[in-house]
Amino acid sequence: MADHTEVDSVSGTATTGHAWDGIKELNTPLPRWWVITFYITIVWAIGYWIVYPAWPTISSNTAGLFGYSSRADVAVELANLEKIRGAKMAALATASLADIEKDPAMLALARAKGKTVFGDNCAACHGTGAAGAKGFPNLNDDDWLWGGSLEQIQQTLLYGVRSGHPKTREGQMLAFGKDGILKPAEIVNVANYVRELAGLPTRQGYDAKAGAKIFAENCVACHGDNAKGNPEVGAPNLTDKIWLYGSDEATLIETITNGRGGVMPAWEGRLDPTTIKAMAVYVHSLGGGK
Amino acid sequence: MNQTVKPEDLKAQALKPQDLQPVDDYGPLYAAHKKVYPQSVTGTFRRIKWGLMGVCLGVYYFLPFVRWNRGLGAPDQAVLIDFPNHRFYFFFIELWPQEVYYFTGLLIIAAIALFLMNAIGGRIWCGYLCPQTVWTDLFYAVERLIEGDRRERMKKAASDDPMKLQRISELVLKHSIWLLIAWWTGGAWVLYFSDAPTLVKELVTFQGPPLAYIWIAILTATTYTLAGFMREQVCVYMCPWPRIQAALTDEWALNVTYRYDRGENRMSVKKAAELRALGQPAGDCIDCKQCVAVCPTGIDIRDGAQMDCIQCGLCIDACDTVMTKIGRPTRLIGYDNDINIHRRQEGKPPIYKLVRARTVAYAAIIAVVGGAMVYKLATRSLLDVNVLHDRNPIAIKLSDGSIRNAYTMRVLNKHGFDRVIAIDIEGPVNSTVHVVGADSVTPDRPMIVIGRDQTEELRLLVTAPEENNPEKSIPVKFHITDIGLGVVASATDNFVSP
Repeated sequence: MADHTEVDSVSGTATTGHAWDGIKELNTPLPRWWVITFYITIVWAIGYWIVYPAWPTISSNTAGLFGYSSRADVAVELANLEKIRGAKMAALATASLADIEKDPAMLALARAKGKTVFGDNCAACHGTGAAGAKGFPNLNDDDWLWGGSLEQIQQTLLYGVRSGHPKTREGQMLAFGKDGILKPAEIVNVANYVRELAGLPTRQGYDAKAGAKIFAENCVACHGDNAKGNPEVGAPNLTDKIWLYGSDEATLIETITNGRGGVMPAWEGRLDPTTIKAMAVYVHSLGGGK
Repeated sequence: MNQTVKPEDLKAQALKPQDLQPVDDYGPLYAAHKKVYPQSVTGTFRRIKWGLMGVCLGVYYFLPFVRWNRGLGAPDQAVLIDFPNHRFYFFFIELWPQEVYYFTGLLIIAAIALFLMNAIGGRIWCGYLCPQTVWTDLFYAVERLIEGDRRERMKKAASDDPMKLQRISELVLKHSIWLLIAWWTGGAWVLYFSDAPTLVKELVTFQGPPLAYIWIAILTATTYTLAGFMREQVCVYMCPWPRIQAALTDEWALNVTYRYDRGENRMSVKKAAELRALGQPAGDCIDCKQCVAVCPTGIDIRDGAQMDCIQCGLCIDACDTVMTKIGRPTRLIGYDNDINIHRRQEGKPPIYKLVRARTVAYAAIIAVVGGAMVYKLATRSLLDVNVLHDRNPIAIKLSDGSIRNAYTMRVLNKHGFDRVIAIDIEGPVNSTVHVVGADSVTPDRPMIVIGRDQTEELRLLVTAPEENNPEKSIPVKFHITDIGLGVVASATDNFVSP
């Protein structure tokens, strides 16, 4: 030991020789076990490099002694999860839609699954809360173009609307103006007549009689005599408060002139039947289902 | 003494060859462990320590086996932490994860109780109650029983011939008993998390869950290491409390103190008697070092208050024994503080102030938190309801123009039996409430069965005509009524227009 070692007279401990403002630093050594533990942690760290994937190589990384991979761990855990869910999902697959909704446990499962799948597949158009947007129906309300029963919702989900699937729901709002079926003046009349049916204010001086006649000749086939719509062809009820594209005169004229034909893809083949079932229950439970 | 230093001497010293070797300026990297061999002792504080050790270990080892009848289908273990089912049972109390604030309260009380102990009697926790102290004390007792007292143990440790059969058998026996205690400690731990008799049966037939064996192994290892080998090192180097304690104490707190006003100057019994006969002052301390010999952390209490002292009071017992033998008053070492030492030096009587601002404040905090917990527990409802408004969409307009809001309702049934509840709402005019999945039974007043000891999540749809409810947001109250017992629980939220 060097000669300069100075011993603090109060504690009897050697100092490091460092002093700040007259305060000297004592050199209190650590206990041996502490130092040994410190060295063990270093050895442990080196062990980690060897046992676990650690070092990047040019195209990959060192694999570690036992080929551990956290991704493989996730795969195992997902498989375990599937095993745990298996029985419940099997029950979901065999139960009828109505029974699922009656059983609180199955309803909770279907809603949980449906919500996730909805977020992944449906939210892009219908929104995360299924509140819809212009041209994309709100699934929370009680206005259903193609019917709001559990079975009808399931069918729409399976085969879609104007989706090209052989069993797709089909129905078309014609382009009355573009295709020359109605003249612009007639369109204005019938648009105002529709607003009258819905209890909305109409343009002053429009010809209600002519509007009614045009409606009877062109629209009742799909929308019905009383304009209440027809879910068989997806014709909306024109007397209620819900409008998919809007109820102002300009929008109605646009709709009658150019027609409408929104598309909903068919999910059969993309999602398994149980998932579609869960989604049907979820959408039905949002509040609008009949 | 004057020494003349000749320049050639200095030169010779400076050029010694060993000085040219690289030397470590800072001394050794570590301090070798000085093993402590505490001597056995008898006396008041030793008896208190034995008693508390018995109580603490007795509670710890046997509590899981105490039964408590909660009715059919519920666990009958008095204290049980049931992780899989998210329940905590403590005799007549059953807590749900939502009620974690009781544990917060307990933690606050525990912390303040620690501070209160510190303000009254120093490190009472460290000296008598801390698991590290209790188990170390137990392990020392085993060591003493097998290897003998301080002197014998030191002699055996220093002996050059440790491989004698008797020595080996002693060591094997000691470590076996230590491991047995450690294993039992780990074993008792896991019993708090599962039905104790069942788990014991499973464990001995090697059919227990792997997690139980892993935890037993972990706690066996930590108990064996911490109580058998680390001992006072845990208190001196690892535990934060000595550091915090030093900052929390005040001049009135009673700590284990060497009364140097009485003890100094140290001298032999004979010399002290001679001085006293001459009417001169003499210290009572005879420097027998018994206080050092019995100390489980190997310190000298006569150096004054220090961080390494766990204040177990064993030096008081040791010193009292000696003082009794030499015919001097006891409590040369005792629970005291510097204020009284100075007062005695000035010839004034000592004063003890238990009631001080900080002890009153600590006691008040404990009383307030404890009172709040007892109140909350006494008025705790076994039926509870929470309601959460849908965030997206907030409100829906229906085809007839009325407005619908959707809510998630969570009903908690803490009873040990199924309950039928009815749901009513209050707020929006002409409103109707509908529970998804429950419509066909009771359309106007939904009724739901909630399983015993369960929560049920319901989706609620509240619909009201727009013309009757012109405000943008109307407070709405949800009442759930237990049909059988007539108990009502309520929650509030808002009914919002689009």
